[in-house]
Amino acid sequence: MIVKVNNIIARLRDQPGPLLLVLHAIQDEFGYIPADVVPLVATGLNLSRAEVHGVVTFYHYFRRSPPGRHVVQLCRAESCQAMQAGVLEAHIKQRLNLEFHQTTADGKFSLEPVYCLGNCACSPAVMIDGELHGRLSPARFDELLTQCESDR
Amino acid sequence: MTVVIYVPKDASALSLGAGAVAQAIREQAQARGVDVTVKRNGSYGLFWLEPLVEVETQSGRQAYGPVTVADVPGLFAAGFLQGATHPLHLGVTQEIVYLKQQQRLTFARVGIIEPANLDSYLAHGGYRGLRRALQMSSAEIVQTVIESGLRGRGGAAFPTGIKWQTVLDAPATQKYVTCNADEGDSGTYADRMLMEGDPFTLIEGMTIAAVAVGATQGYIYLRVEYPHAHHTLNEAIASARAAGYLGDDVLGSGKRFNLEVRLGAGAYICGEETSMLESLEGKRGEVRVRPPLPAIKGLFGMPTIVNNVISLASVPIILDKGAEHYRNFGTGKSRGTLPIQLAGNLKRCGLVELAFGVSLRTLLYDYAGGSATGRPLRAVQIGGPLGAYVPEAQFDTPLDYEALTAIGALLGHGGIVAFDDTVDMAHMARYAMEFCAAESCGKCTPCRIGSTRGVEVIDRIINDAINREQNLLLLDDLCETMTHGSLCGLGGMTTIPVQSALKYFKQDFVRKRAGS
Repeated sequence: MIVKVNNIIARLRDQPGPLLLVLHAIQDEFGYIPADVVPLVATGLNLSRAEVHGVVTFYHYFRRSPPGRHVVQLCRAESCQAMQAGVLEAHIKQRLNLEFHQTTADGKFSLEPVYCLGNCACSPAVMIDGELHGRLSPARFDELLTQCESDR
Repeated sequence: MTVVIYVPKDASALSLGAGAVAQAIREQAQARGVDVTVKRNGSYGLFWLEPLVEVETQSGRQAYGPVTVADVPGLFAAGFLQGATHPLHLGVTQEIVYLKQQQRLTFARVGIIEPANLDSYLAHGGYRGLRRALQMSSAEIVQTVIESGLRGRGGAAFPTGIKWQTVLDAPATQKYVTCNADEGDSGTYADRMLMEGDPFTLIEGMTIAAVAVGATQGYIYLRVEYPHAHHTLNEAIASARAAGYLGDDVLGSGKRFNLEVRLGAGAYICGEETSMLESLEGKRGEVRVRPPLPAIKGLFGMPTIVNNVISLASVPIILDKGAEHYRNFGTGKSRGTLPIQLAGNLKRCGLVELAFGVSLRTLLYDYAGGSATGRPLRAVQIGGPLGAYVPEAQFDTPLDYEALTAIGALLGHGGIVAFDDTVDMAHMARYAMEFCAAESCGKCTPCRIGSTRGVEVIDRIINDAINREQNLLLLDDLCETMTHGSLCGLGGMTTIPVQSALKYFKQDFVRKRAGS
């Protein structure tokens, strides 16, 4: 891990304002920002640990624990609420037996809230493993869930 | 001879299965031994018809939609490759009433062209604005934008040309052009559609801005929730660079302009311009105290243009056709066209680009056809999570900056989210405070603490009938503190949805609820 992180830092450190670029690259590589990399990034970019930690924790997108194998992101914004996203939310939480920001014990699913996926003309919207789904009914969600379960 | 078929790769179309439809068309064509070329375009923004498939025929592009994978064999059997009739046949795309009645300037090419294909862009009038700009002086370009009447489409509605003038006049060794593509408002998707459907228009607009003010480096700050736009922009930037439209010598003019996409990381506040600049610098997205203005001291302390996607994407046509042409659309101080985004509980959600001045009622009923659920519309929220809730009684208000301000609302980025009569407006007011609490950058107290106290006091108003009047007074007081004491619009404007909900839908706050 140390080698990979140092390679990322070496590749990006000369970019203007590189910290977000580095953190994105680390999350792309590991799926999250492990606590151990914070000092490496701080040293590599000549920042304090507090500065790096402050940035990691400021942005909702950066995770500090590994995601489940399948990540379900449910839009909670107004347009989706106008189209029964609340009902969908209750259904998804019950099906996965998860609250927001949690991962199942078997590491299979994570559930995250998002504030707008920009799919407001096709509400309610959910992103599963980076794939966007519009006008999602609870029944259609169950179908997609079955697909996820059969994948692994 | 090959038949050309268009299937959108816009994220919304994909979310409704456009990818699988494109694949099914290829397979069906192969099985039948017919020669088809499937091209991937952007979306016209007629989302109730997506996936909208078009077939190029001698009588124009014939539209079919909404097409599912299961419809594909039937379409072939009916002869859709010759433009034959079918229950899903919609006629020639440009004749579809919803589209035909629009005045598309900024979105003129979206849906028609192949997004990241430079030849397709050039064949439809692309880069004429930049070529014109390169023959003009900096002052002339800025003057043209001022005369067009273009105001910032991100929400603040500041005159774009005046902002450019300030950057032009600021002496510096390095200047920047930045595009705010952190489109986080619920109900808005125009930036996304444009970046996915016609990315060169944005790139051209930014290049013109750079030439005008003498900037050599540009950044598009794109929200991470838009992976498709990211991919399309990078592809388009690479081809623009390869063809000499970007780089060290833009079209042989001797002028340098390089452009890069930088990703956000899921923070709504980074749509605020100074917070966006902090984020671009790799820091926490905390808002800056103004002055100094970003136009004087912006990115890395240098003079910086910060404009929204739609503002920048409107510049090429202004330079191409002249300020007069653009300003002839619109009304009063709201000149040009506005890409309105219809969202939420509506039968026909979509992008409607029209001159300023169209009424809400026309949009909600003539275009959108009323609610998706068939129930009466009760309220709309205009301009994202910081916009006012507008009751049915005000649906005759024309959409322009001044008319909306007059009723205590705002246009924002032009998104309209509709709710039917099942909406609980006390819940929506509470949600506004909850959203602010989740997304506050934390720099100023009225926003950071006030939003949490706001959630609590609204809960008490809803649940505690005995002390309700006192809590209503407290909420008023809190809203006043947040409005006037916050550093930026997040804390300062969260009170707008809260207070408009309370003003027009007070019954939702005071009715007896189950369990209370």
